[in-house]
Amino acid sequence: MNLTSLTIDGARSAVQERKTTALALAEAHYARIKQEDGQIGAFLTLSKERALEQADRIDRMAVEGKSLPPLGGVPVGIKDVMSTRGLRTTAGSKILEHYIPPYDCTAVARLEAAGAIVLGKMNCDEFAMGSSNENSAYHPVRNPRDLSRVPGGSSGGSAAAVAADMAVFTLGSDTGGSIRQPASFCGVVGLMPTYGRVSRYGLIAFASSLDHIGPLAKKVKDAAIVLRTIAGRDPMDANSANVPVPDYTAELEKPVRGMKLGVPKEYFGDGLDDEVRHAVESAIDKLQNLGCEIVPVSLPHTPYAIPTYYLIATAEASSNLARYDGVRYSHRARGVKTLSEMYRRSRDEGFGAEVKRRIMLGTYALSAGYYDAYYLKAQKVRTLLTRDFDEAFRKVDAIVTPTSPTAAFRLGEKSNDPLAMYLADIYTVTADLAGIPGISIPCGQTKEKLPVGLQILGRHFDESTILRLAHAYEQA
Amino acid sequence: MKVTDKDVAYVADLANLELSDQERAGMLRDLNSILEYIDRLNELDTSRVPPMAQVSDRYGVDESKQVSERFAYASREDVVEGLRKSLPHEEALANAPDADEQFFRVPKVIER
Repeated sequence: MNLTSLTIDGARSAVQERKTTALALAEAHYARIKQEDGQIGAFLTLSKERALEQADRIDRMAVEGKSLPPLGGVPVGIKDVMSTRGLRTTAGSKILEHYIPPYDCTAVARLEAAGAIVLGKMNCDEFAMGSSNENSAYHPVRNPRDLSRVPGGSSGGSAAAVAADMAVFTLGSDTGGSIRQPASFCGVVGLMPTYGRVSRYGLIAFASSLDHIGPLAKKVKDAAIVLRTIAGRDPMDANSANVPVPDYTAELEKPVRGMKLGVPKEYFGDGLDDEVRHAVESAIDKLQNLGCEIVPVSLPHTPYAIPTYYLIATAEASSNLARYDGVRYSHRARGVKTLSEMYRRSRDEGFGAEVKRRIMLGTYALSAGYYDAYYLKAQKVRTLLTRDFDEAFRKVDAIVTPTSPTAAFRLGEKSNDPLAMYLADIYTVTADLAGIPGISIPCGQTKEKLPVGLQILGRHFDESTILRLAHAYEQA
Repeated sequence: MKVTDKDVAYVADLANLELSDQERAGMLRDLNSILEYIDRLNELDTSRVPPMAQVSDRYGVDESKQVSERFAYASREDVVEGLRKSLPHEEALANAPDADEQFFRVPKVIER
């Protein structure tokens, strides 16, 4: 049995049936990390002691013949923007290089309560700001499918680790596409749940009205199992919704015949790579062959999504990142004489270029005289973008699009042009702004053997439908 | 050019960033290029469109209620340590760059 190519159910039942142990599973993944991660760079911190302790607990349950919890013994990697008690959490930033959180993120606590084994913390763009993982203050991540290319971002380490079999699944966060775009670039499954479906308590805040936590996995069913575990109301996050959580795995097997799928013309225009277009159109044909009805729809405000996103996300970030003041837990500059000098120099030394750029843009958009022209304007266009989806979902059950306009690009290709980098998120930011769920699943590859992602978007709190469609496509 | 060098200095000041001369020049270029792109929002007439601050405004709010009652979905009992215990002093100070047993220590704020 190859211990590093198992799915969640495969890993759990192998431990339950004593074909292997949780300890052996964890050790096999650490061995794989040792062998592969030198060239990929997906992990920032390993938590071996914590992992082996948790594995031992699961193994004792298996020996005693107790039924294991849903993720019993399953090795997982956690994006380094989620707080882990006693385990360094950097957000990919030098400003938090030595930060040891005193508490666990709710999503992580729920995974561990369900038996998952935390292997370590995944590399990412600094404060989740980026689309290529080149903004990590530590080192970039390379795409396991082609080491000269980026894995996408900001959850680049989370996607690369799953693609390279260094974890069974990982958690990522998505504010403008940061789960789905790297999933697409690395050829894995990435699910962004509805806004409010999963608690963000313990997630290092980037843009609070847009931040989501979700899984990256090898199979759609694995994403469904993880969502079931981490979803649901948490009083520690006032925005977590009190909406019942269905049994997503049971929903997966329901038929897709007769479902109506919207194809928005705005997602197939200029800028879409021909090979990506071809792969996505073939995937849509396949869904049609499965009995789905394909319906052309329009989301007319799509061209305004990126500017809207970059105003709202940066405005919220400029406020959220004000907390890094060098007083309570972040980097403090040496040799400063006044409080104000301490703030400035600590932040100057601690933040990287893209983070400073976004703090500056957000501060500008919120400053006196510009608030109405930029921030308020963007909030109004956000209403229009959301109404586009409301209108479309009156006619269709789900919407299918490419996840990203291109396959993975090369390291350095866009790193000197912020605007070109922002456009990599053009098909993903809309769902974050509207708060609807979206999933990216692999749908073929380019001539250079780079993975292409198919994005399926659904109604608020209707993850069941997009999971079901994704599963049907994957199995066909 | 929408943003001037003076604006960059002013905004850096608001954001508690210092920025080197080189960083300021780069920021001036990048902000102008991004804002030029953002200007396409002005093609849209939004005079009758309400702003959307939060997604949860759309599914959690009880429109029939007034003020804070509208957000009842997010309410909870107001109990001391109702959600979790406060951090012990030691743990709360453990990540501080500079602290004594009781307080965070910072450079002098008031000269006398």
